Amino acid sequence: MKRSLVDLPLGQNAEIASIDCERRLSRRLMEMGLLPGTRVRIVRVAPLGDPIELRVRNYSLSVRRAEAAKITVRPEGAV
Amino acid sequence: MSDEASPQVLVAGNPNCGKSTLFNALSGGSAHVGNYPGVTVERTTASLQLGSEQIELVDVPGMYSLTASSPEEQLAVDALTESNTRAVICVVDATALERGLYLPLQLIESGVPVVVALNMMDAAARIGLRVDTKRLSELFGSPVIPVVATKRRGLDALLAALEEQLDSRTGVAKPDVAYPAELEADLATLAPAIARWRPQTPASQHRVFALWCLLSLGEDSLRGVPDDVRNAVGSIRRAAAEHGRNLDLEIVSPRYVWLDRAVAETCSVQGSKPSWSERIDRVLTHPIAGISIFAIVMFGIFEALFAGAEPLIGAIENLTGFMQAQAAAILPPGVLQDLVVEGIIAGVGNVIVFAPQILMLFLFIGFLEDSGYLARVAFVIDRVMKGVGLHGKAFVPLLSGFACAVPAVMATRTIERRRDRLVTMLALPLMSCSARLPIYILVVGTVFAGQSLGWFSAGAVALFSMYTLSVLVTLAAAAVLRRTVLPGPAPTFVLEMPPYRWPSAGILWINAWRRLRVFLVDAGTIILAMTILLWALLSFPKSTEVSEHYATERAQVLRSASSETTKAEALHALDAREAGDQLAHSLGGRFGHAIEPVLRPIGFDWQIGVGIIGAFAAREVFISTLGVVFGIGEADEENKPLREALRDARHADGSPVMTPLSGVSLMIFFLLACQCMSTIAVVKKESGSWKWPVFLFSYMTVLAYLASLAVYQGGQLLGYG
Repeated sequence: MKRSLVDLPLGQNAEIASIDCERRLSRRLMEMGLLPGTRVRIVRVAPLGDPIELRVRNYSLSVRRAEAAKITVRPEGAV
Repeated sequence: MSDEASPQVLVAGNPNCGKSTLFNALSGGSAHVGNYPGVTVERTTASLQLGSEQIELVDVPGMYSLTASSPEEQLAVDALTESNTRAVICVVDATALERGLYLPLQLIESGVPVVVALNMMDAAARIGLRVDTKRLSELFGSPVIPVVATKRRGLDALLAALEEQLDSRTGVAKPDVAYPAELEADLATLAPAIARWRPQTPASQHRVFALWCLLSLGEDSLRGVPDDVRNAVGSIRRAAAEHGRNLDLEIVSPRYVWLDRAVAETCSVQGSKPSWSERIDRVLTHPIAGISIFAIVMFGIFEALFAGAEPLIGAIENLTGFMQAQAAAILPPGVLQDLVVEGIIAGVGNVIVFAPQILMLFLFIGFLEDSGYLARVAFVIDRVMKGVGLHGKAFVPLLSGFACAVPAVMATRTIERRRDRLVTMLALPLMSCSARLPIYILVVGTVFAGQSLGWFSAGAVALFSMYTLSVLVTLAAAAVLRRTVLPGPAPTFVLEMPPYRWPSAGILWINAWRRLRVFLVDAGTIILAMTILLWALLSFPKSTEVSEHYATERAQVLRSASSETTKAEALHALDAREAGDQLAHSLGGRFGHAIEPVLRPIGFDWQIGVGIIGAFAAREVFISTLGVVFGIGEADEENKPLREALRDARHADGSPVMTPLSGVSLMIFFLLACQCMSTIAVVKKESGSWKWPVFLFSYMTVLAYLASLAVYQGGQLLGYG
């Protein structure tokens, strides 16, 4: 079951399914190691609700909700 | 700049990987700062003796990959393909290997000899990470050397490996990333166009260049790429899209597949302790504690810049005054003395007076950046900045603008994209800096003394309004600039949150000092030249009529029978009045007269006009210029005679010049106008052309005039003033 990364509950692991942002951004995210199949989870939300902090490939990356909305994920343990 | 022949070694790496620390450790801090041609990116170099060879180390700006879409990102590739580039030291943060090895992989693929410096091995050991560097070297076909740059550990091994790489000029073994067959076919299609573009590059590297072009080109602003390469890439990309292929993914994904395998084979984590960073972050980005700490840190910086720098600035001003007095005593009175005292020494003073705030701000920013907190500042405040089209990292420069626009403009260099940086540096001079405060105080003391609005004093309300207005106007200006002059996508916010680390004091100091040195040389020259120009404008031509008139009056005073002290006072007053009359006769004074018709509608007269011209040196100079204009001599914002002179000033029709309404108009004018040549100079330096400072000055002046006009005319219609 695919869903948007922004809808992933805090702390739940998921696998990236696709990245559908504009090319520059998706290229940047891919080169920073966010690829289909990569494990990702949301570790934190900024105090004002945006941006969010992701944990991926053993480092932390923050992105805005609008950007995360264009990344789809498959939550782990989901059928 | 180096001469063409000297061999260079690039030092590359991700942001936050300790690249600058390693660069400084290798160069011993003796670096030369220049500029890359055509872009406003600094090129830091240092010479290094390696065996029998003298090489030049070049600090390449931090990057995650070689892929480029702007001229600034293109620098790395350009440097890499320069004929005198012999090798690259690629610095990698050992604690973030799984992503960090992407850049060295790309570098090694490009065919240039690479030495991988696996930095922060101590931090890696603390989280239980073990790396088989020997095996990793074999896989990469390039030496991987563990180092701890902050403790200078592993540097000898690194240099030995580098020397070996320089000596063996044979082809370098490459990691064999398995790209899909369709992609290989595309690369072959592109190869002839690449060969025509770069005939001097060995054929073996045409494929690598083709890879780079496929990933980089399209919606880019890269320079020097020939049309046939662009066209070839365009048609390949279109064909791929028609077949539902994602070319970018086809290039990047196999690299990570290769890397994942290499990491799995060489790295192991034994026992995972909860990292310090995680625990610190729980507090620092907590909704309540996080925002409170954020507010305290920001207030601390603000307070230090605003109040903490004050004694140092005072000391520099005193020193300047002392030097001026010394020069005046040595040199005979005349034009030369004036030039030295009021032009050159004042100009040098105008430059070094910024030193304390620049040093302080860059020590703070260095600390925030190197500790990892700057990324959290951006994380916490981005929501607010996003609304006006700014990046979260614009916050610290904007806040610094309350103290002084000069260091604040310099601080925009922490913002990655040029467009975002320009929007920030063009909006932040609207923040009410500390040089505006004396003007508010003078005006408030002149027109609002003793008045109150309800429970509050009218002056306090006026001051508070100015500061609030400045924040609103700055944010509005950023939003408008983003939509008009610098359109483009809102800045994306893809920001690594590096682990917290304790910064090294030495590095902070070296970097802050380097910033200051660059300012003193580059912006300082412009400020000095403008000070001298302004001095000439307000000093020449001199009227012999005026000097003869005052010579006669002086003679009368000396002949009179009054006491010595009365005589001295009278002579002093005559000096001040003569200076005022001479100023009125100078080019600047005449210009003030000439623009009076323009100033009347906003409630000013020619005397204020002359003050505004003088205030281009710096806003607070408005007050001392008015002191001269009114024949009072030296004056500050608390000066009673000046306030009285202002209150007594009358327009030709007998109405008072300074009313509460014209006072508000004057404050708004100074709030919004770019009355500061140092800001102009530093924007020229940071933006790389005169276009942006000229634009800044124009838009702020027009804005200031229109706002003052609306206030003054509107106020009169409503019956005020």
